This record gives sequence, C-alpha cells and structure tokens, in this order.
Amino acid sequence: MNKQKIVIGLEMHCEMKSNSKVFSAARNSYNELANDNVAPLDMAFPGTLPTLNKECVRKSILMSLALNCKVPEYFYFDRKNYYYPDLPKGYQITQMHDPIGTNGYVLIDTNGYEKKVLIHDIHLEEDSASLDHYSDASLIDYNRSGIPLLELVTEPCLNSADEAVSFLEEMRRIYQYLDVSEADTKKGQIRCDVNVSIMDEDSNVLGTKVEIKNVNSFANVKEAINYEVNRQLKLKEDGKYNEVEQETRRFDEESGTTIRMRGKVDAIDYKYFVEPNLPKYKITKEYLESIKKTIPMLPRDRKLNYINKYNLSEHEASLIIKDKDYANYFDECINIGIDIKQAYNWLVGNITSYLNKEDISIKDFFIGPTYLKEIIDALNNNTISSKQAKEIFNECLNTLKEPKDFISNNTQVSNKDELENIIINILNNNTKQIEDYKNGKTNLFDYFVGQVMKETKGKANPVITKEILKDKLDN
Amino acid sequence: MKELGIVKLHEKLVNKEITSEELIKDALTKSHKLNDTCNAFVTIIDDAKEAEVTDNLLSGIPFGVKDNYSTKGILSTASSNTLKDYIPFFDATAVKNLKDAGAVAVNKTAMDEFGMGGTGTTAHTGIIHNPWDLNRSCAGSSSGSAASVAAGVYPYALGSDTGDSIRKPAAFCGVVGYKPTYGMISRFGLFPFASSLDTCGVLTRSVQDAAIVVDAMKGQDKKDATSWDSSDIHLYKSLNGDVLGKKVFYIKEIVDINNYPNASEELKMHLENFHKSLEILSSFGVQVDALSIDKELLNVIPSVYVCLSCAEATSNLSNMTGIIFGPRGEGDNIFDMMKDHRTKGFSPLIKRRFVIGSYILQKENQERYFVNAQRARRLIVDKFKSLFQKYDALILPVSTGPAPLLENENDQLNSDDTTLLEEHLQIGNFGGFPSITIPNGFINNLPVGINITGNCKDDANVLNIAYALEAKMNYKDMVVKDE
Repeated sequence: MNKQKIVIGLEMHCEMKSNSKVFSAARNSYNELANDNVAPLDMAFPGTLPTLNKECVRKSILMSLALNCKVPEYFYFDRKNYYYPDLPKGYQITQMHDPIGTNGYVLIDTNGYEKKVLIHDIHLEEDSASLDHYSDASLIDYNRSGIPLLELVTEPCLNSADEAVSFLEEMRRIYQYLDVSEADTKKGQIRCDVNVSIMDEDSNVLGTKVEIKNVNSFANVKEAINYEVNRQLKLKEDGKYNEVEQETRRFDEESGTTIRMRGKVDAIDYKYFVEPNLPKYKITKEYLESIKKTIPMLPRDRKLNYINKYNLSEHEASLIIKDKDYANYFDECINIGIDIKQAYNWLVGNITSYLNKEDISIKDFFIGPTYLKEIIDALNNNTISSKQAKEIFNECLNTLKEPKDFISNNTQVSNKDELENIIINILNNNTKQIEDYKNGKTNLFDYFVGQVMKETKGKANPVITKEILKDKLDN
Repeated sequence: MKELGIVKLHEKLVNKEITSEELIKDALTKSHKLNDTCNAFVTIIDDAKEAEVTDNLLSGIPFGVKDNYSTKGILSTASSNTLKDYIPFFDATAVKNLKDAGAVAVNKTAMDEFGMGGTGTTAHTGIIHNPWDLNRSCAGSSSGSAASVAAGVYPYALGSDTGDSIRKPAAFCGVVGYKPTYGMISRFGLFPFASSLDTCGVLTRSVQDAAIVVDAMKGQDKKDATSWDSSDIHLYKSLNGDVLGKKVFYIKEIVDINNYPNASEELKMHLENFHKSLEILSSFGVQVDALSIDKELLNVIPSVYVCLSCAEATSNLSNMTGIIFGPRGEGDNIFDMMKDHRTKGFSPLIKRRFVIGSYILQKENQERYFVNAQRARRLIVDKFKSLFQKYDALILPVSTGPAPLLENENDQLNSDDTTLLEEHLQIGNFGGFPSITIPNGFINNLPVGINITGNCKDDANVLNIAYALEAKMNYKDMVVKDE
C-alpha cells in the first residue's frame, strides 16, 4: 500500500452571543427552564415573520473580516427546506448563495509548526430547537430555536486529528476574543461535522469522503477522526477500499466509533431559495470600515507578540492567550509597568491557582492589575518580603480591601517604640504566662506573638515583634 | 340598491341617528342570513361589542376579516382543515390597526384554502356562493369578503391578494377591490401563501371607502421587514377626482376583440363595456393609449405565477405539521404523524401546488423552472416599470365577463385562448404594484369589473383615476338587491 495522506474538512457551528435571537425578539440566553425563551416565530405560528437582528449581522461581518474572507455586496438569506421535528418552520433561514464570508484563511500552530487553514465560507443562520429523547416520548425545547449560529466550513486541507483540534481551539479563541460567542462546548455552543478521507500521498485524487455529523467536543472530534481514519486505512490495507462509501455517519460517544446514518443516494435535497421575507441589505464600504476598526489583536498575533517582544517562550505565551480576559489582564499589567516576568509568574502562579480553586473568571477577580502592582512594587522596594506579599495577596482576597491598606499598616507596626509599648502592656497582663515561660514552657513564646498579633490585628511586623519579645522575656 | 359608505355612517354615528350597537347587531343578523345562502363565513363573532365613536371615521363601524388573518382569541382557519380549531393568541398588524381605530370585527370570511384558489370552492366549510346569483362563483380567494360586502353586511371586509384574490372576486361581486403597493400594509399575521406576492388589501363599495380603510391598515411595522414608511401618503385626502392630463394605457394583445374570433356574446359585451369606460376617462381629459407588448413576454405570465407561487407556498406551509398547532396526525413516528396531518388536512388542489412547488425547487429543476421564472418576473416588472415612467396607469378589463356558473366551472366557455384576460392581474403582484378593481357595468344582470394598476407607491394616483371613473358611473355604494 502506498503511503496514505489523511484529508479532513470541518464544519463548525458556533452559537453567537446576542441579546435577542437572530430573527425574533425572544431572549438569546442559556436557560435551564425549557420553552421559556420563545417568541411566536420560534414555534412558526401562522403569520409570523422573521426580522433581522442587526447585532448578529455586525458580528457575522466582524468574523468574516477577521478570517480574511471576502464580504458580499448584499446581505441576504436563503431557505433550507426540510422536515424535522426540531425545525418548526419546516425550513431553516441560512445563507447559501452569498455567505457573509468566502475564501478566507486562518493561521494555526500545531505541535510547533504553522499552517494556513483555508476557509471555504462562513455564514449566518438560525439554530433549530433541541430534542430530548426518552424511551416512550421525545420532548422539544424551543429555547434554542432561532438562536444565531455561525457556520464555518473549511476546505479539505487539514491532515491530522491534531491539526483539526488546533484549528478548532484557534477558532474558539477568535470567537471569544471578538466577543462573538462564549464558544463554550459544555453549553453545546460549538458543534462540528467532520469530513474524513484518505488518499495516496503522491496522488492528486481525493479519496472517498465520509461525513461524521454532530460531534460536540474537541476530544470527540479527535477520537472520531482517528477512528474513521483507521477504519478507512484498514479497508485500504485489506484491499477493500471500494467498501468505503460516500456516506453520512455519526460518532457514538460510548463505543468511540462512527455509525452509518445514510448513504449518498439518500442525500437530502434542501431546495434552497432566497428568503422572501427579509429584503436584501446593501453592505456599504463605510459600514465595513467601521467594523474593521473594532477588530482587536487576535490571539495568535498576540502570542507572537509575547514571544517576539516580551521574550516569553511559545509555551508561556500559549498559556497567556488561552483566554482573552486573561491576556487582557496580562497586557494591562505590562502597560502599567509591572515587570514582564513578574507579571507572568503571578498570573500563572498565585492568580491562576486562586481562580481555579474558586472557579471564577479573571474578569471577576478582585485584585486587578493596579492592586497587583502595589504588591509587586512593595516587594521590589523591600517594604515587604515575598512571604508577606503572598500573605497580603490572600488578605486582600479575604477582606476585599486594597493591598496598600496592608502594606502601609505593615510599615506602621514596624515602628519599634509602638510595638514595645504594646508588648509591655501585654506582658503586664500575662504575668502567669511569663512565669511559666521562664520555668521552661518555651512554646509559650508563640502565645505572646499571637497576643501581639491579636492586639495589632495581625499588622505587627513579626520579625521586630519577635526581636522585642525575645529581648523582654529572656532578660 | 345602495348602502351607506363609511363617511355617511360616521356622520350618522356622530349625530346619534344610529348607534354602533345597532350597526353591529344589524351586521351580525345579516351575516347569519348570508351564511345560510352564500356560505360566506367561517365564524360569525356573535359577541362582538360596539365601540366608542370617536373622530376616527372607522370607529364603531363593523367590518369583516378574511379567515387567513390572525385574530386574537378568534378562530382563524384560512378555511383549511389543518387549522380547523386554531385560535391565535395575537392579532395581525392590519387587524390591530383597525381595532385601534375603533373598528369592530364581526365575522371571519370564508375563502379558498390558504388563498390558493380562485373559485371559492375549496373552503373546508363548503362552496361560497355569489349573492348576485347563488348558482355562480364569487371567484377567489377572498370570496366570502367579496360576497358579504356585495350583500351589504358592512361597508368593508379585509382580503388578501397573491395573484388576483381581491381584485377578481371584487369584479364578480360588483364591489371595489384594492390591493395596495407591496409592503404598504404589514403582512405580520397574514397566513402566507407566497411571501413575495402576498398583499393585504380590502373589499369595499367605493374607492373612497377603500382609501379610508387602507389609510388605517397601512404603516411600517417592525414585525414585517418588507413593510415601508408610508406616513406621507394620505389616500383619502388625496382623492380629488382631478385626472386632467393623466395618461393611461391598455394592452392591445389582451383586449383587442380581433384576438378572439370565436368570442362569446358575454366577452364581446365585456370588451365593449371596457371601451365605454375608456371613453369616460377620455372625456375627463385622460389620454388613453393602446399599446402593444411582446406577446411572448405576456404569455409567460401564468406559468411564471405558477412556478413562483407554488415554490414559495410549499415552503411557507411546511410549518403545518400538526405538532405545535392543528390536529395531531396519527402514526407510529413523528414523520408518519406529520404526513397523516397533511394528507388528511389539505385539499387536493393545495397538494397539487405543493407537488409542483417541490418539483420546481428540486436541485435538478431549479435553474430551468424556478430561476427562469424569477428572471421572467424581472423582465415583466422592468417592462411595466418603464411604461409607468410615461403612464400613470395600466387599465384592463377583469376576466372575460361576469361570474361563471359554479357547475360549469371547468367548462371552456370561450374557444379562443383567453388565458391572458383571466391572468393579467398577476402583473400587479409580480411588481408589487397598487391595483384596484371597480365595477363598470352589468352583463345579463351580473356585475363586471375594470382594473387600474400603477407604479409602486403611486397608490394615490391609481385611486384617483378609479375615483374619477367611479363618479361617472352608477355603481358606487351598490349592494345586491334584497329579494
């Protein structure tokens, strides 16, 4: 058998963030309560009409531009007609003839090499309702019906499961960086269809394409591709490649295999035609320019920036850009003058472990870059020790008070005379304990330190306190 | 016999010569009577309440609503078994606008199922009869609305028009039927047939009433993206009858009697009568030109209409599955249940349209049928738009004469090809043009109509020409004589 090349194309559906649904006024938000976010159109009551959510249009153009796509002159929709219980209108409003973006690309890094992934198109459409199947009934939840979706279709240009996953991760970051979607697979906001084939490495002829529908996590994408590639390779090896059929399969999570759904002859004719209820909107140059201006630096450019400008390693930079808010936090630290290495260490160290422990986002993190700088500055000019820095960090989070409260209090109670007065007072009130101490119960020393701390509400400089205490008790 | 128009009724209401309650009661009584003879209604709203009489001309006055308008809390079936028990929870915008004006809906009028017929014979409640002669058709699909306005139940009833569904029944029932420019009245709440052609409109007994009612129905609606702002258009106020110097044209290929060597007596009389109406217009100083239009272009009108309307219809009615509303179908799985609902619910005529529509939209047929039909539509619209640069309106007779007998419905009365006479009103839907039919005579004691169509958003001009012509004829405010 000639050496085989794996060819993968992806269709990635991503639910968009918006206040209301793409064609109705119902809320677009994650809702545990079924059939709560529903407008009459979402259940296709007779006489209801779609109206277009302009914010969704803007975000879809934003994505198109960010993926280096060509934007059409007019924005309009098509109907994709088919019957299914999760599709109340009997058609999905989508873009087939003129997607909002075509012929784009995105650069990805996989295991240390760069690759240009070609985007066939990206288009705006509506999601279907969701179905819950039980043994004796199926339930329909229309909350999802009409939620804005962006469907992105790549060219068949990915050559391994790792590349496919890198691409999906890169796309997820782009969606998040542009604030187009939360892109949370756990909430079902990303769903993929995967097209897999194999071909002779030195040939130009593509092999038979198999489509795997509705793979809902990146781990499953990887597993589904690997299973399907091995299945096809095995058939090829056994000289039975003609048994690989152009078909649609689904990924079975439990067994980790793909299972046939339908063959090519059963392919559905969606009878696309232009949606008559939504007029064509002209996309003006001015509008495009105004959107272009809002595109922030994208994650991969930011990563390269960190590597080239800040001398972070690829690994370090990748850690920082994983999350937009995280990277923003880092940038802000650098902007206000925190040392790059220190900022990095605090971020991936203390801050990350706190965020993980509390399971919160950095956006909700109490110690912003300015507070962090107060701590780091105090550390750098030796006002506090690194152990104190860590303590102050924790105190701030416990009390929700500014670091400078603790830092300035620290210097105050470092005043020897003040501490001496406090200690004399405490000793005068603890004559019994002094006696015990002098009689050999030396572990009472910590008791006295504790009393000082109690008196100063923990703000006494422990080194000086111990010095004075030792001096008083041992003499 | 004559009945009062809206302005006169309003005067009487304001002067307390009559009350809204009396008008409503009278309309309900007449509704029941007409339903016995003509089968004109799906629902008679017996508990309709009078409304306060205000400055609004429509306040306190009853009206009818075609059953394909969504009416809150009132059965809305589109005369289809698929919706036979469907009670909507929202009003169509056009209905809401009239309610806000103080108008009172008293019944839901029967129609060809989902508007997809031109005979009034496909309603789930049975055949709708023409009040001028119960053996004759009203045409359709706004059959019940045309019949009830002609019978004098109330001054107006709402209609909808996808090919000629307001304007042809108006002609056969001797009333005015006005389809405004596409998008002038919101389609929100109108059960769709073919979205790019569907237009809300009204059937009345005078041009003036049509203007008053559409003034109240229209307006940009954020629930209909194809609606537009017409706040600077005041149809009623624009009626002045001054048509001196206006230019209208008719199409020789359609109305020249020489094209119909075997014409029936009715057709001859109808075309003669049409020319009499043209003479009236000429006498006002209107320039009337006979134009010749490429027969090839005209001949495709009916097939373009079939292609586009069936394609859109098959998609638009895919929501009829019996899952969310409508009677649940039977079956072992959801697909069989949907199939059962549709098989039992839709009449054969509609199913035929779905089959045609699906065929036309199939991948292998789309280019040949659907896309070509769209191209032809564009050519036809461009042709008439260019003519509307020079002319104020197109004027043509409606159909080949008066209403046909119901039992002869499928008989070919004229051995010549009269397709274009029957189908030319579809031009108005292709272009979204404003188009109005008014009665212009009687043949064998049955009314016939004439149609005036103009450029988009030029509704006031079209109505004014109709208004001038109407004034010179004796058919304004006419109702069927009570036997």
